[in-house]
Amino acid sequence: MKLKGWKEVNPGAVITEAGNAVEIKTGSWRSSKPIWKEENCIQCLFCWIYCPDMSVKVKDGKREEFDYDYCKGCGICAVECPGKKGNKAIIMVEEGN
Amino acid sequence: MAKVVAVTGNEAVAVALRQVNPDVCAAYPITPQSDMMQRFSGFISDGRVKTELILVESEHSAMSSCVGASAAGGRVITATSSQGLALMWEILYIASGTRLPIVMPVVNRALSAPLNIHGDHSDAMGARDTGWIQLWSENAQEAYDNAIQAFRIAEHMDIRLPIMVCMDGFIISHSIERIEYLEDEEVKNFVGEFRQLNPLLDIEHPVSYGPLILTDYYMEYRKAQDEVESKVAKVVLEVAQDFEKLSGRKYDLFETYRLDDAEIGLVILNSAAGTSKDVVDEFRSRGIKAGLLKPRLYRPFPYKETGEALKHLKALCVLDRADAFGGSFGPVYLDIATSLYPYKEKPALINKIYGLGGRDYMPEHAEFVLDELVDIAQTGTVKSYKEYIGVRE
Ligand code: SF4
Ligand code: SF4
Repeated sequence: MKLKGWKEVNPGAVITEAGNAVEIKTGSWRSSKPIWKEENCIQCLFCWIYCPDMSVKVKDGKREEFDYDYCKGCGICAVECPGKKGNKAIIMVEEGN
Repeated sequence: MAKVVAVTGNEAVAVALRQVNPDVCAAYPITPQSDMMQRFSGFISDGRVKTELILVESEHSAMSSCVGASAAGGRVITATSSQGLALMWEILYIASGTRLPIVMPVVNRALSAPLNIHGDHSDAMGARDTGWIQLWSENAQEAYDNAIQAFRIAEHMDIRLPIMVCMDGFIISHSIERIEYLEDEEVKNFVGEFRQLNPLLDIEHPVSYGPLILTDYYMEYRKAQDEVESKVAKVVLEVAQDFEKLSGRKYDLFETYRLDDAEIGLVILNSAAGTSKDVVDEFRSRGIKAGLLKPRLYRPFPYKETGEALKHLKALCVLDRADAFGGSFGPVYLDIATSLYPYKEKPALINKIYGLGGRDYMPEHAEFVLDELVDIAQTGTVKSYKEYIGVRE
């Protein structure tokens, strides 16, 4: 993306295009990665609600695989995930392992 | 038809705010501003304005509420003094960086410690680099006139910056003077309808305020803001011309008094300029070519125009009603020195600190300074570049 010069920026840094966070892929920040274990998933969608970005994908009311382009690896989904019978449906693993 | 009244500076500015009828006011009382906001809240209670008053628990909250209300799309005011302005600090930068045209009368008062409630410029001087426009006012009439013009300047589509209208605490805020009010309708037409820019409450066009701007863009936003500052003086002059047509009262970036052919001069802000002009007249009657410059648009400072107006003098004293601690000179002195720096021929320049914490500035102080300037102009020698006057040994 070509960076804008000072004559082109919006006054007061106001963002005028709704939903433009889609242009910013936060996946590169990640040092650990959430892994979805579908067998333990009860489809409560807590992970979708709590995720601060847009990496939990939901289709027809059911969650799907993570979109890692937007996953910064914060781990909130793994903490909030109730899982099934005490077995988490999201675990965090270190990147590069 | 103008209405002539005898009122205090606080009352005059409260009336100006009533005539503008802003959408939102968030304010916290502090001496000597309290009586202005008390009068304004009286106008709200009496239904004379439609303004929504937000009663807040501190000045930090007052300025934060103003930022929110202004971003939401309203015409917004507050007012403060001294510690109140100091407590707003963090949010002052947010108001200017977000380009919100908030209008704020500042009734100048000394800063603690030691605790003091009287007139002194330390408060607004500390806020001089926050990105707010500052207009300074010699008397109640100027404070009233500046308050009305402030809306047009701040809200100009090329500017959109917050603005402070400064006047001296007690000396002006609480003294009764003769002033002329414009008609309510005239003020209403002069300031016009408030035009919004990216209002948060426009749900058809959703916007976000206050994003994180990192290393890749922060400098571009700062440069854009610097560029806006460079456009302010032109707008201030245009608004002053329109205001003159309406009121017959003429305003400029600064006022010059018997300065064109002067050999010695004073630079002084606000109420003490009045006293100094009398003494300039007295020196003139003795054949001494004295003159005076009183800044009005102090931020952004019109360096070029000020330097041009002062460069021909032989000796010049800048009187500061605030000190800039750090072994340095008073704030106005620093700006005047900067404005004169480009010129090869320039006056000998000295700095006097006067009137702190409301200490009276008397004609003999101006005489003392002008006598010293006569001496410097004759001998070319400066004994002391910075000195406190009116202080006991
Ligand atoms: S780790 Fe954080 S960013 Fe990634 S999916 Fe979970 S909640 Fe979203
Ligand atoms: S929080 Fe856990 S259990 Fe709930 S939908 Fe997400 S992965 Fe499945």
